[in-house]
Amino acid sequence: MKTNDVILQTTTKVVFFIIFLFSIHIFFAGHYTPGGGFVGGLLTTGAIVLLLLAFDLKTVQKALPFNFTIMTAIGLLLALGTAAGSIFFNVPFFTHAFDDFTLPLFGVTSLHTAMVFDAGVFLVVVGAAITIIQSIGGDS
Amino acid sequence: MINLPLLPIILPFLFAILLLFFKENVRIQRALTLVGVIISLIASFYLLVTVKTEGVLAVTLGSWPAPFGIAMVSDMFSALLVTTTLLITLFVVVYSFTAIGEERERFFYYPAILFMVTGVNGAFTTGDIFNMFVFFEVLLIASYLLIVLGGEKKQLRESIKYILVNVVSSALFVITIAYLYSVVGTLNMADISVKIAEVGQPGIITVIAVLMLIVFGVKGAIFPLYFWLPGSYAAPPVPVLALFGALLTKVGVYAIMRTYTLFFIHNVGVTHEILMVVSVLTVIVGCIGALAYFDLKQIIIYNIVIAVGVILFGAAQMNEAGISGAIFYLVHDMLIKGALFLLIGIIIYVTGTSNLRKMGGLMKTHAPLGWFYLIAAFGLAGIPPLSGFIGKLLIAQGAFEAGNIWGSIIILASSLIVLLSVIRIFIYAFWGEPMELPKTKRKPYARMMLPTIVLVVLSVLYGVGTEWLIPYVTDATDVLLQPSIYIDAVLK
Amino acid sequence: MELVMAILIGVLFTAAVYLILSRSLLKIIIGTGLLSHGAHLLILTMGGLGGLAPPVISKSVTDFADPLPQALILTAIVISFGVTAFMLVMAYRAYAVHKTDDMNQLKGNDEHD
Repeated sequence: MKTNDVILQTTTKVVFFIIFLFSIHIFFAGHYTPGGGFVGGLLTTGAIVLLLLAFDLKTVQKALPFNFTIMTAIGLLLALGTAAGSIFFNVPFFTHAFDDFTLPLFGVTSLHTAMVFDAGVFLVVVGAAITIIQSIGGDS
Repeated sequence: MINLPLLPIILPFLFAILLLFFKENVRIQRALTLVGVIISLIASFYLLVTVKTEGVLAVTLGSWPAPFGIAMVSDMFSALLVTTTLLITLFVVVYSFTAIGEERERFFYYPAILFMVTGVNGAFTTGDIFNMFVFFEVLLIASYLLIVLGGEKKQLRESIKYILVNVVSSALFVITIAYLYSVVGTLNMADISVKIAEVGQPGIITVIAVLMLIVFGVKGAIFPLYFWLPGSYAAPPVPVLALFGALLTKVGVYAIMRTYTLFFIHNVGVTHEILMVVSVLTVIVGCIGALAYFDLKQIIIYNIVIAVGVILFGAAQMNEAGISGAIFYLVHDMLIKGALFLLIGIIIYVTGTSNLRKMGGLMKTHAPLGWFYLIAAFGLAGIPPLSGFIGKLLIAQGAFEAGNIWGSIIILASSLIVLLSVIRIFIYAFWGEPMELPKTKRKPYARMMLPTIVLVVLSVLYGVGTEWLIPYVTDATDVLLQPSIYIDAVLK
Repeated sequence: MELVMAILIGVLFTAAVYLILSRSLLKIIIGTGLLSHGAHLLILTMGGLGGLAPPVISKSVTDFADPLPQALILTAIVISFGVTAFMLVMAYRAYAVHKTDDMNQLKGNDEHD
């Protein structure tokens, strides 16, 4: 049976990017205001799920040719690496470092190692959630 | 090196992550797993030595001051358990190379083991009650994967029940923590101990104590919450069963021992009495189960239940002999259960069945297997000088000192039933007329025997070398009996 | 407010127990979800309902709420999210293999596999 989902597919092409950009905004907002890697990751997952709804698994796989298991692993490595960096400075695990930097374009910005950790969380959430959905949606 | 207590947790975690990159390459997976476990084991031995010389080590994550940040605490008790955990994992991993089959190895078998070890070691080390819940979940989720890996019909059916029981008990754990938090307003275990001492354990704390017993009792399989254990543990293949049997229930036992020696010590007449009655009942139902079955796996699985009862009975005495006996027996039981499960795995491999009635005469064809099984069986029953003896002796001594005559008589009598149940396996499988064996290759048999033999020999050394272990166990006992040592180390 | 929360948590637990005791696998999973929601609300209530007070300490703030329960709940939510997802996959696989989601049919033991 061929369903006519032109409207869904056309809107998805636009909405996907809006959700994705919003998720990045939420991710960066995370340090001082509500948001962060977990919520951002879930939003991105939501965007990809929307793609999966509008198109089929193969098309999405072609559009986003990532191995999501590897993505989870990279995310975990990033998170653990950030936390474990403190071992080399002989301070307690998870101690986070931060400072203000003057960057071109952004001006004075405070940068935190917690952000790298959060990026790891982001990747883990996206990778794990999409892996689960793929494994259920894969056979039917 | 202030992060030393964390190394046995981080290192398996790191290697588990690295393994995810090599899903298809079984050789690299095996090599990396082996390297990871050995490095972690070295770190844990170093930790053990450091704890011995420097006393309790505590580190608070993220450099937050002590009651606010998450504390990780390595005292002798947890260091001993962490080391034993990694030791057993090493042998099970080597055993798995031949026993588990390539299909499972390709599907995140080794990462799941390492994640589980991360959770187990974390639960042993953490000094924060909510963090303990998190590590419980880490090890449980990894165990969900391990129990269902392979996707056989029986596995799927049993793992649903296993997951359901654990999800409900985890929810109960969260509820208990919420109650505890509302009463004491802190999550740091040392701080909780101080706060409970300040308010002098009113009734609500006793209720929380019983709730904790229920929560950890489900994980640790005490009476009447052991019902899920025999069915679920029989489903996965033997190496996974060995890991579960040796490690998972012990985490529950550890949690009960920790909370019942650190938090709930002001109303011993109620809480520890309940613990003692329940543990004796656990021993009794375990004995009934161990005698009732003609299935190799089930007999040893019910022996897990018995051991849990014996350890908790020792812990409930709250005197030096009882607690140090419980510690001795806990480590012994982890080693010997690992060894026994690996041995019956080989028996099942050789005979192609786990039904005792279909076996016989293995002594003629597989004599070494028989002898090592016999040694392990005697060790389990606690025949001197093997490893189970000293633990049970001290537990019985502690119980007599505390005046619990009947309980200790039941514990001692249970040794005979344990002996009977495991010797029955020996009689049925190794004596009698040889049955026709399915054709199996000699090489995998030899490869599976190697780690098993080393583990059995280690357990024998554990029994013979009791004299050298006493200082370590005494240190562990001191921390459990005098919470102030633990509290001072954490809160400085 | 605590009373309302207590009743709500009670209702959630009741519904969860009812669903977990039902025979359909899917209902059971929904039941565990409700159970963990109830537990999360319980943490929130037990940590003390702070009202409008912000969960931060700074110079101008005199009245502040305890930030810890929120952190605990977030952790617990993430965990229950993961476990529920895993359970759903499992239930689906079990359904595919056993051709039923009735727990009565999934009883089984070694004698009649």
